Amino acid sequence: MPRECQRSEYHVFQPLTSSPQGYGRQDLSSENQNYKGHGLSKGKEREQRASIRFKTTLMNTLMDVLRHRPGWVEVKDWLRENFDHTYMDEHVRISHFRNHYELTRKNYMVKNLKRFRKQLEREAGKLEAAKCDFFPKTFEMPCEYHLFVEEFRKNPGITWIMKPVARSQGKGIFLFRRLKDIMDWRKDTRSSDNQKDDIPVENYVAQRYIENPYLIGGRKFDLRVYVLVMSYIPLRAWLYRDGFARFSNTRFTLNSIDDQYVHLTNVAVQKTSPDYHPKKGCKWMLQHFRQYLASKHGPEAVETLFRDIDNIFVKSLQSVQKVIISDKHCFELYGYDILIDQDLKPWLLEVNASPSLTASSQEDYELKTCLLEDTLHVVDMEARLTGREKRVGGFDLMWNDGPVSREEGAPDLSGMGNFVTNTHLGCVNDRKKQLRQLFCSLQLQKKASS
Amino acid sequence: MLQEESDLSLIIAQIVQKLKGSNLYSQLERQAWASLQRPEIKLESLKEDIKEFFKISGWEKKLQNAVYSELNVFPLPSHPAAPPEHLKEPLVYMRKAQGSWEKRILKSLNSMCTELSIPLARKRPVGEQKELLNKWNEMGTDEPDLSLFRPVYAPKDFLEVLINLRNPNYENGDSLSFRTHLGLIQVPLKVKDIPELKECFVELGLNIGQLGIDDSTQVPPELFENEHVRIGQKVLAEQDSAAAQQYIRQGSPTALRAELWALILNISSQPEDVLYYEQLKTNVIQHDLLVDSLIYKDVKLTASNDDYYFVFEDYLYQVLLCFSRDTSVLSHFAFNSASPPKSYIRGKLGLEEYAVFYPPNGVIPFHGFSMYVAPLCFLYHEPSKLYQIFREMYVRFFFRLHSISSHPSGIVSLCLLFETLLQTYLPQLFYHLREIGAQPLRISFKWMVRAFSGYLATDQLLLLWDRILGYNSLEILADMWCTYTYSTNIEYLL
Repeated sequence: MPRECQRSEYHVFQPLTSSPQGYGRQDLSSENQNYKGHGLSKGKEREQRASIRFKTTLMNTLMDVLRHRPGWVEVKDWLRENFDHTYMDEHVRISHFRNHYELTRKNYMVKNLKRFRKQLEREAGKLEAAKCDFFPKTFEMPCEYHLFVEEFRKNPGITWIMKPVARSQGKGIFLFRRLKDIMDWRKDTRSSDNQKDDIPVENYVAQRYIENPYLIGGRKFDLRVYVLVMSYIPLRAWLYRDGFARFSNTRFTLNSIDDQYVHLTNVAVQKTSPDYHPKKGCKWMLQHFRQYLASKHGPEAVETLFRDIDNIFVKSLQSVQKVIISDKHCFELYGYDILIDQDLKPWLLEVNASPSLTASSQEDYELKTCLLEDTLHVVDMEARLTGREKRVGGFDLMWNDGPVSREEGAPDLSGMGNFVTNTHLGCVNDRKKQLRQLFCSLQLQKKASS
Repeated sequence: MLQEESDLSLIIAQIVQKLKGSNLYSQLERQAWASLQRPEIKLESLKEDIKEFFKISGWEKKLQNAVYSELNVFPLPSHPAAPPEHLKEPLVYMRKAQGSWEKRILKSLNSMCTELSIPLARKRPVGEQKELLNKWNEMGTDEPDLSLFRPVYAPKDFLEVLINLRNPNYENGDSLSFRTHLGLIQVPLKVKDIPELKECFVELGLNIGQLGIDDSTQVPPELFENEHVRIGQKVLAEQDSAAAQQYIRQGSPTALRAELWALILNISSQPEDVLYYEQLKTNVIQHDLLVDSLIYKDVKLTASNDDYYFVFEDYLYQVLLCFSRDTSVLSHFAFNSASPPKSYIRGKLGLEEYAVFYPPNGVIPFHGFSMYVAPLCFLYHEPSKLYQIFREMYVRFFFRLHSISSHPSGIVSLCLLFETLLQTYLPQLFYHLREIGAQPLRISFKWMVRAFSGYLATDQLLLLWDRILGYNSLEILADMWCTYTYSTNIEYLL
C-alpha cells in the first residue's frame, strides 16, 4: 500500500440523532494510520436528521463549507482515525477510493490507459482506440528505460519532461533534451539504491513534452477541471461547470528549458517566481477562457474541443473502472489537469485525488466553496435527492453507466447525431437558482408522497 | 433649402478632398486603369461601364464604407464664417476651462521632469535599442524602477475641474426650487430626456431582441439568437459598413464581433498599415520618451493587476508606446476641444520654428488610460490590427471622455445626463446617497471615464461597446451608468 496517502485529508461526519429509531453509533477501533476517512454517516431510514457530525483537519475552504452547512456539527475528539480494514456501516461515506492511486499516480494511470487502449482496439477497432490518444508518449522509469531510449532515438531533438510519480505541486519536475541529462540522474539513483536500501527509489515517468501549447498573451496555461465520481461499478460521474486556467507568469519559449517558471504552471511554483504578485493571481475562470476561445475560433471549434475534453474524463475513468476497488461508501472529487495545444487538441497531464482547496483569491474562494457545497449536495447525507437528478447545483451528471443526454427522456443512442452530452464545462453556472428550484420541488414531492 | 443643399455640397467636397489623399483613392484609380483591359468596357459608355465594374467587383462597397466612415466622424455642420476653434468647441467658457486644465497638466508633467531630471525625449544608445528589440514581445517582464513617477492626473482630479465649471452668462436666481439641479454638474447643457432617449435608442426597446439578454440559457435559440447570427454572417459577407452598424445595435455574436468592429471602423489590414505600424515601432526603439514611463506605470498599476487583463500586458505596451509616436492622431484635434501640448527644442523656448508636439500624438496618458486598450486584446491578436482598432476607437469615442466640451457625447453632457436621469427616475437613491454624503457622480465618475473597462465583466463590456459603435455615441454609457449605480447601490438602500 503506497504511502502517499499522507496528503489526503479526510473528514468524517456522523449524524447525531436522539430519535428512538436511530441507528447506533460507530464503534471505532483504529489500527494503522494510513487510511483516514471522510466518513459521512447516513441513516438507514430516510428521516430528518437532528444533526450530522463532522471533523476536518483542513483549515481552509472545506472547514468554512462544513461549518456553514445547516445541521452539521463539528466534533473535536475524533471517533476513528482510519477506515482501512475496519467495517464501515452502511450510512458512512468516505471521500476516497482505497486504491485511487491507480488513476492518480502517473505510472499506474499510464499503465491502465495503455491496457485499456489495447482492449478497445481489440474490441472496437483502431478508430475507437484512437480516442485514447490524449496522453503523450510516456515511459515508466527506470523499468521501461530501454523502450524509452528507442523512442528517444527515433525522434532526435524533441524535448522530454521527467516527472516524479507521486509528488505534487510541481516538485521534482525537469525538462531535458539529451540522454546525457538523464543518464547522470540514472546513475545517481542506481548508486543510491545500493547504498541506502531503506529509502526506496522514487519512480519517475518520462513523457514527451508538448512543445506547441496554446498560448494566450504569449503565456502557457493549463486547465483545472473537477470531476466527482460517486461509484465505479456502475460508473457514475459528475462534471463541475466551473474550473480555471492557470497561467505561467513568464512568456513561453523553448530556449530556456531550465527555467522552471516558464514551463510549470502549478500555482505553487508560480507563487515563488520573483515576478509573482499576489494581487495579480494567475488564473482565469473557465467561463472567461471559453468566451475568449469562442471569440477567436468560433463556437463550433470550442464545442469540439470541449467534447474532446469530456472524452478524456470518460475514457480515463473507464480505464480504471475494473481495477478500482468498488465500495459503495466511497466517492471522490478529482482535479483533472488538461493542456491544450495549438491545434486545439486537449492532452491529459494528470489526475489529482486531493486537488488543492486553498483559495488564492476571492473569486477562487467562491469557486471552491461552491464546489464543495455542491459536492456535499450530491453525496446527499441529508437524503433529499431522488437519485434521478441530472443536475445538482454546478454539477452535471456526465456518465451514468452510459452517456447522459442533455435532452429529457430516454437518450437516443442510435448515433443519429442528435445526442448532446449533458456537460456544460465553462458555461453559465446559475447554481443558486437551480438548487432552490431543486430542493423546493423535492420538498413538494415529499409532502405529496407522505 | 438652398442652405441645406450648399451645406451638403460643402460636406461632399470636404469628404472627397479627404478621400483623395487616402490609399483607397489610388487603389480605385489603379483598378479603373486595369479595368480598361476588360472586354465589357466600351469607349462610348466608359463612365457607366467602369461604374458597373466597380459595383460588381465590390469596390463600390469599399468606397461606400469609406464615405460612411467619414460621415460618422464628420463634425456637425457649422456656420461658414466660424473660426476653427468653434469646430473644436463652440462655447467660450468651455474652451477656457479646457485651456486652463491643459496648463495644469503640463505644469505637473514639467515639474516631474525637472524633479527627476529626466529629459522629455532622448535618443537611445545602440545597445539599448538592440535590447529593446529583443524584448519587444515580452516588455511586461521588465521591472524598471517607476517608484518616482506618478500618473499626471487621475479621473478624480478631472472631476473636480468639471464640478467647478460655470457658465458666466447663466443666472438662475437665488432661490432654490424643486427644479434646481442638485447634482455636481452645474452647467446648463441640453441633455436627452427619457422619451428622447427612447426614440434615439429604439433598437434597445423591450420588444426587440438583444444579445446579452435574449440569448440567455432560458430562451430557446430559435426565438432570436439563431436568426441574429445568420443575419450577422450575411452582413459580413456583404461587407457593408452601414448595415453592420445598424446590426450591431442589438449586440454582436461573440464569434463575429472582431470582424464586425473592423468593418464598422473601416479597418482592413493592408500591407501599408502593417508597414506604418512597423515604422512606429522603430520610432519607439530609437527614442525614449518620458511618456513611456508614464505608460509603463499605468499598465503596471491598472491592467497588470486586473484579474483578466493581466495576460495581455505585453500587447498593451506594444500598442500604447506606438500610439504615443503616431502623428496621424493629431488630425483629431480639429474636432477635439483639447489641443496637443507643444514643446520646444532645448534653448529655443518660444521660437515657433523649433516647436514640436509632445508627445508626438498629442495625448498625455492619465491613470487608467491603458484600460481603453485592454478589452480589445480579447478580440484582436495581431499587433498592427489591434493598434489600428484602438487608434480608431480613440479618435472617434474615447477622447471625449477626458476633454471638456459641450458635445452631446462629451463627458460633461454624459455626467449631466446621468445625474438628471438618476434624479428624475431614481430619486430615492439619489437623495439617500446625498444624505450620507456620497454624491452619486463622485462614486461612479471613474467608471465612466474608463468606459466601464475593468468595472464590468468582459463579455458585458463588449456588448456595451457594441452599442457605442452601433449608435456612434457614448450616451449609452450614461444609461448604463445609471443602471449600474442602481444595481450596486440598491443593496445599501434596502
